[in-house]
Amino acid sequence: MTFRLINKPARLRTLAANENSTPGKIAIQLEALSAGYGRTLAVRDVSASIEAGKRVALIGPNGAGKSTLFKAIVGLLPPASGQVLINGQAAHLARQAVAYVPQFEDVDWNFPVSVMDVVVMGLARQVGWLRLPNAAHRRMALDALERVGLPDYARRQIGELSGGQQRRIFIARALAQGASILLLDEPFSGVDALAQQTLFEILDHLRQDGVTVLLATHDLSLVSTHFDALLVLNKRKIAYGSPSAVFKPDIMAEAFGSQMAIWHNDGQVIMLTDQHT
Amino acid sequence: MIEQVCTNNTLYKLICEPLSYAFMQNALLAVLMLGLVAGTIGAFVVVRGMAFMTDALGHAILPGVAIAYLSGGVHGPLLFGAGVAGSITALIIGLFTRGGKLREDTAIGIVFTGALALGLAILSLNKVTAVDLEELLVGNILAINGSDLAIIFIVGAIILLLVRAFYKELLIVSFDPVLGATLQYPVEALRYLLLLMLAMTAVIAIQAVGVILIAAMMVTPAATAYLLVRRLHLMMIVGAIICCFSGVFGVFLSWHLSVSSSAAIVLTMTVLFLIAYLLAPKRGLVWTFVRYRAASPMEIDGLAS
Repeated sequence: MTFRLINKPARLRTLAANENSTPGKIAIQLEALSAGYGRTLAVRDVSASIEAGKRVALIGPNGAGKSTLFKAIVGLLPPASGQVLINGQAAHLARQAVAYVPQFEDVDWNFPVSVMDVVVMGLARQVGWLRLPNAAHRRMALDALERVGLPDYARRQIGELSGGQQRRIFIARALAQGASILLLDEPFSGVDALAQQTLFEILDHLRQDGVTVLLATHDLSLVSTHFDALLVLNKRKIAYGSPSAVFKPDIMAEAFGSQMAIWHNDGQVIMLTDQHT
Repeated sequence: MIEQVCTNNTLYKLICEPLSYAFMQNALLAVLMLGLVAGTIGAFVVVRGMAFMTDALGHAILPGVAIAYLSGGVHGPLLFGAGVAGSITALIIGLFTRGGKLREDTAIGIVFTGALALGLAILSLNKVTAVDLEELLVGNILAINGSDLAIIFIVGAIILLLVRAFYKELLIVSFDPVLGATLQYPVEALRYLLLLMLAMTAVIAIQAVGVILIAAMMVTPAATAYLLVRRLHLMMIVGAIICCFSGVFGVFLSWHLSVSSSAAIVLTMTVLFLIAYLLAPKRGLVWTFVRYRAASPMEIDGLAS
């Protein structure tokens, strides 16, 4: 297995990201957001502001409303009440700034598309209606693939890559979209430690480029060290803040309830959840 | 060169003699265009898991065909009747499944059997002869005339142009509807477009293979291509080639063996699929088996170390 990570990330496609990444600027602003399908609200009254260029983990048990929150931020689900502001604009007006990286299980990996085909999809808006991508678009897609260390895999069918590489394809597609905000849905489920580390190296490069990352995960072993802030969700906001302030047994117990076991052992706290995807 | 070929006695019997009849020429032109269209559109059917939907659309055009038949026999406005019925069926199935009210396979099961029953009722009330009924159900490509051929070419060309025009959009909503929605594509409208194209393909294929075998034209060659190549547009090209070949081969088979033309066409496709299923590189049964045999000693080593 080879992990080619470039030390100097290609800066070609970072323009869109930098425009919106003035330090301290708010990338995602949730104002008393409630959203859901039909009469039941999957999330209620969530308020939080995420600064541009930060990496925030979204944690909570199954059914906590993580996917609903993502859909509201991407602009696919209009809020039942409250609002989502993306770079100060209503979410449905700022869709270009946000890219969603789907859960591994939601992708048909046998679909007859190459890695390049998938990344080029991110450029669909630039290509325009009724047109097909040309060499310039493929060049841009290759730049995005270089940023995730996969330029040599462009011609492979997506099912032929390893699990970690497969997740990187979709990060490359999000980059090709020119998004300054990335929503990653459970990117670490089912990848080994090495692939996990590679993903974090890519995310580190993105942070340098000012890309904001909101990442849903149930793997609590990662959240205390790799993120700027944690947003803990269980239908409502349980807590939002720096990992040291939020990653505490009582807060986790409140979020996960019976899905979690907590032991105290010689000043050490062991928290176990029964999440699995 | 054709003269040279046709002076050879065996080849004359096999190829040239059948070709000298106008109905054979019509039949061959029809299967070539149908193969191009069905093989292309079939790629979407296979990757989106719409085989049942396609089968249903094929059956559900019967009431339209029946009414058209009553107004003018086997050369009545069959294609027009089928077109209307197919479009209505596609829209109704789309409507029933909108917003997840019914699972799609349930909606399809209800609508297509209902439509098929309606078609049979119309035909039986009007005492249609068994021969004509058979022609509607299994088709007869050797009965295609010049005006049928014109319609097949016009409708087929429109479908091919639509696929080319909306290729990127249809690929995106088929592979990742969420991306389609974030790009603000009209995902529902594109789905209806695809359903309408399927219905129109079924309509022009009805005379070739009849109501019951239409799905084979759109599913089997595309599925064969799915086993052979790994990109959507290549799947369309390979699927179209297989579909055209099967059509031509089937028509000749039908001529020489006096077997039903639609049966010969569909059986050819089925045999080609089975060959691909066994022998396709990487995905075929033989390949998988050989790789499994080759890999297992290494895996055992890996476990031991």
